[in-house]
Amino acid sequence: MTKEELKNLKVAKSVDARGTACPGPLLAAKKAIGDIESGEVLEILSADEGTKNDIPRWCEKVGHQFLGYFDEDSYSRLFLIKG
Amino acid sequence: MESIDQTTIEKLKAEIEALKSTSKRLESSRKDQLSIAIISGDMDKIMAAMIIALAAAAMDTKVKLFFSFWAIGALRDPAKHPKGKNFISKMFGWMLPKGVDHLKLSKFNMCGMGPWIMKKLMNQQNVLSLREMLKEADELGVEITVCEMTMNLMGFKKEEFIDYPHLRFAGAATFVAEAGESSMQWMI
Repeated sequence: MTKEELKNLKVAKSVDARGTACPGPLLAAKKAIGDIESGEVLEILSADEGTKNDIPRWCEKVGHQFLGYFDEDSYSRLFLIKG
Repeated sequence: MESIDQTTIEKLKAEIEALKSTSKRLESSRKDQLSIAIISGDMDKIMAAMIIALAAAAMDTKVKLFFSFWAIGALRDPAKHPKGKNFISKMFGWMLPKGVDHLKLSKFNMCGMGPWIMKKLMNQQNVLSLREMLKEADELGVEITVCEMTMNLMGFKKEEFIDYPHLRFAGAATFVAEAGESSMQWMI
């Protein structure tokens, strides 16, 4: 997905994990995913570089669909659909 | 299109059946489970084990940690003072770390300067402290087993450990049995 498409997604929940390093963003995502329904979009804000690799692997393993990410000044915004 | 003769199809079918039974056997013998035997009492090594344990648990892998030997000191609660220890047990208790906040680094310990600097850096860079990691582990259902034999060897008492709901006491056979079911078995 392009940055524009990601920006226009209807996000059901956004979790701000910029204040934690690995594995904090993953733990935050894991907690937040319980609050949304299957098919809804979860957004994760992370300042941890490794998260960009970790979240797709997590999605792959537990059955969510990773949509992509884009970078802001000092952090990244990652998007996925709950499986 | 080239026609495939009957014997080739039969061969492939047989192969698929064989693969099916193999994968079924593998699935039932190896669970999506991580077993780590933590023997070291060093802050850095316990941290590494805890970080991986948390990541695995967040990825829905069942995690079972087996604390043995020097690692047991990390699970002590400094606020608890068990009674009825003999002289040697008291000495052990006095010399070994009282909980996760009092661990040494395997390198650059420098009489406690190293851990102090490490904790400061971890705090600056938003890395969870070991205490926070234990709390997260608890919420994710990570099971911790204290090796009963080494606990007795060092004169520790069950009453002096942290209040961790998934804490239990068992022996080597428990670790071996559970590690055998796990798709990942590690030791540090």
